[in-house]
Amino acid sequence: MGYGVFICHCGQNIAGTIDIEKLVRKVSGIRGVTHVEDYIFMCSDPGQERIKKAIKEKNLEGIVVAACSPSLHEETFRKAAESVGLNPYLVEIANIREWSAWPHQAEPEEATMKAFKIIESTVEKLNGDKPLEPLRLEVVRRVMVIGGGIAGIQAALDVAEAGIEVILVERSPSIGGRMAQLSETFPTLDCPQCILTPKMTSVAHHPLVKLLAYSEVEEVSGSAGNFKVKVRRKPTYVDWNKCVGCGLCMEACPVELPSEFEMGLAHRKAIYIQFPQAVPNKAVIDSENCIRMKYGRGCGLCAQKCPANAITFEDNGKAEEYDVGAIIVATGLEVMDKANFAEYGAGELKDVLTGLEFERMLAPSGPTGGKVVRPSDGRVPKEVVFIQCVGSRDPENWNPYCSKICCMYTAKQALLYKHAVPGGQAYIFYIDIRADGKGYEEFIHRAMAEEGVIYLRGRVGRVYQEGDKLRVEGVDTISGLKIVIDADMVVLATAAVPSSGVEELAKKLRIQLGEGGWLKEAHLKLRPLETLTSGVFIAGAAQYPKDITDTVSQASGAAAKAVAFLSKGYVVREPLIAVVNEDICSGCGNCEEACSYQAIKVVDGKANVDESLCEGCGSCTAACPSGAVQLKNYDKRQIIKMVESIVG
Amino acid sequence: MQLVIWRSKIHSPEVEKIIELSGQNVYSCYQCGMCTASCPSTGNMDIPPNMIVRLIQIGMIGKVLDSRSIWVCTSCFTCFAECPKGIDIASLTEALRLYHLRRNIDHLNLSSIPHGELLELPVIAMVGALRKFTA
Repeated sequence: MGYGVFICHCGQNIAGTIDIEKLVRKVSGIRGVTHVEDYIFMCSDPGQERIKKAIKEKNLEGIVVAACSPSLHEETFRKAAESVGLNPYLVEIANIREWSAWPHQAEPEEATMKAFKIIESTVEKLNGDKPLEPLRLEVVRRVMVIGGGIAGIQAALDVAEAGIEVILVERSPSIGGRMAQLSETFPTLDCPQCILTPKMTSVAHHPLVKLLAYSEVEEVSGSAGNFKVKVRRKPTYVDWNKCVGCGLCMEACPVELPSEFEMGLAHRKAIYIQFPQAVPNKAVIDSENCIRMKYGRGCGLCAQKCPANAITFEDNGKAEEYDVGAIIVATGLEVMDKANFAEYGAGELKDVLTGLEFERMLAPSGPTGGKVVRPSDGRVPKEVVFIQCVGSRDPENWNPYCSKICCMYTAKQALLYKHAVPGGQAYIFYIDIRADGKGYEEFIHRAMAEEGVIYLRGRVGRVYQEGDKLRVEGVDTISGLKIVIDADMVVLATAAVPSSGVEELAKKLRIQLGEGGWLKEAHLKLRPLETLTSGVFIAGAAQYPKDITDTVSQASGAAAKAVAFLSKGYVVREPLIAVVNEDICSGCGNCEEACSYQAIKVVDGKANVDESLCEGCGSCTAACPSGAVQLKNYDKRQIIKMVESIVG
Repeated sequence: MQLVIWRSKIHSPEVEKIIELSGQNVYSCYQCGMCTASCPSTGNMDIPPNMIVRLIQIGMIGKVLDSRSIWVCTSCFTCFAECPKGIDIASLTEALRLYHLRRNIDHLNLSSIPHGELLELPVIAMVGALRKFTA
């Protein structure tokens, strides 16, 4: 009978400051405490055994473990207590390490007193604690994958292969993402069209995958296992059930606009299919630029040419709602705009390209058919300078981080340029070469030793037009020489940045962004695929720049996490949530307004808590004027008693 | 100092000849500096071995040919033994000396050495000097 208090020395962490003997003596005097015990490491196996033994032998009704932060070992001690039949919610942690021993090392006496007060107030809390059972909620066996690049495609395929339904949401008209834009991939020089297109097709045709192209996530509610996601299907103004992707509409359309897919190096029409291998291979109308859509009449040439009568000009957008158990975020990356860099022409110099623009130029299906030519005059460039770390590793001006993929893609581009233009010379200005993947260092060696790419160790200070050349003023810090090259073309490896719109999406999903706007993982080392929001996982470059190899591995990992999460069939949630005393509740609705999770609603004049949604944050309890809403085991009366014991 | 570079300067006939004579791929060097770190004669050189390779990589062959270093090198092959990319730098300096000699420039005029000194000089020094410093 009575309560037990277990005081941990934490080696010297606690015992080095706090007088344990004195503390044990004082704690023994607390009303209701029948057993006090101290030990060097309570969390160790022998420590836990002592707790279990005492609970059994003394038939304890509740325990307080005075040790470190509950975030470290609350679960450990709850499990130990549960194993000998004590309800785990009758286990409380008194944090005397972070709250007393550590901050008060210089004043051991006061620290000992404070530790006592912490324990005393925790015993008061225990007095009001009730045994609780964890909530078991059934999960929806369906996964939503947001982003249809290689990360999203791989994750969707893996989840579907495990027999679980997938909703794949992509905001562009086609899936494929950045990888679809690449010419060849390092280090194997595989053509992405050859290795990606089959995956695009199989994900689109998988019986368990529902592909929502040209769609965006608008609203997310619910919680792990039971999310409700509202998806906006953007208007295509074309009936996709009829469109066969023949492309005659595009030939007919008179409006030319810079193509996003071709990074502005080629035109697309106001009605367009994103790229020839698009999946789905369907046309959309850019309503802001279509003559017919803008003026409500005229033109309509596309509709005249369409053999399938698919073009309706009607707003066929709609909102749809999906119930899913888990969400995988795979929103990928973008590269910085060259206009940011005044030292390299601020985007005004035509023959200065970004890596992604050059990538399109190298692509056999690209705007030049794979020919490397200067945008200014169409001549074949004989001397090409590549500049790495543009906007990366530059904490003063741009991004402090390394964009990770540039060393390799720059080497690849230099090598492909040499193949495209025999006799051409490629130079690469670099700060360090980071080739940390299988076959990567060997690839760099190949570029240097076998393909004659000249690596210059240093950055470039200026690029400016000098006649029909671009004068590049750089440095080689190995020889200590300033290097000047009159180049025909300059390619900037501009920093990778998170995809636009990821900030809003993160808010909707209630997940966090870290430095630089990359999605924050639950733990960088040990939980890189999870977010701190249970049931939401991360795949690919949305977390941090990644190459395809790492992206695919991570996507499969995130898929496995999501599948494991759903395969149990239920989620266990902490029962420490809000509860309403209906006798007192007046149905004023303050709680409903205060709740960020739409978990509490007034039904028939009384507040009602949805246990699957409540996060136990306590906002409603603060908003309630009559104290009708309380958090389980964090009752107002308990808190007051705790405060009284401290100040009393 | 400023250096203007372009393709045909980097790959000048002189550079190509040195590469041919030495049989070494200087472009595989990634400038780790192991050669300089391990060379017992670096202290007596005006250009350290890794910089010799670097200057050839960026086409500055003249500076290398005018250096003391290529004559200080004793061809002990420590650099080659240590080089992680397998570049035989000693053979490179050998090629540079050979190229230099082929330019037929006299650095040592035997008849200008006083008779007394000639008698005292070790034979090996004479042979070495004739080999290295005369055309």
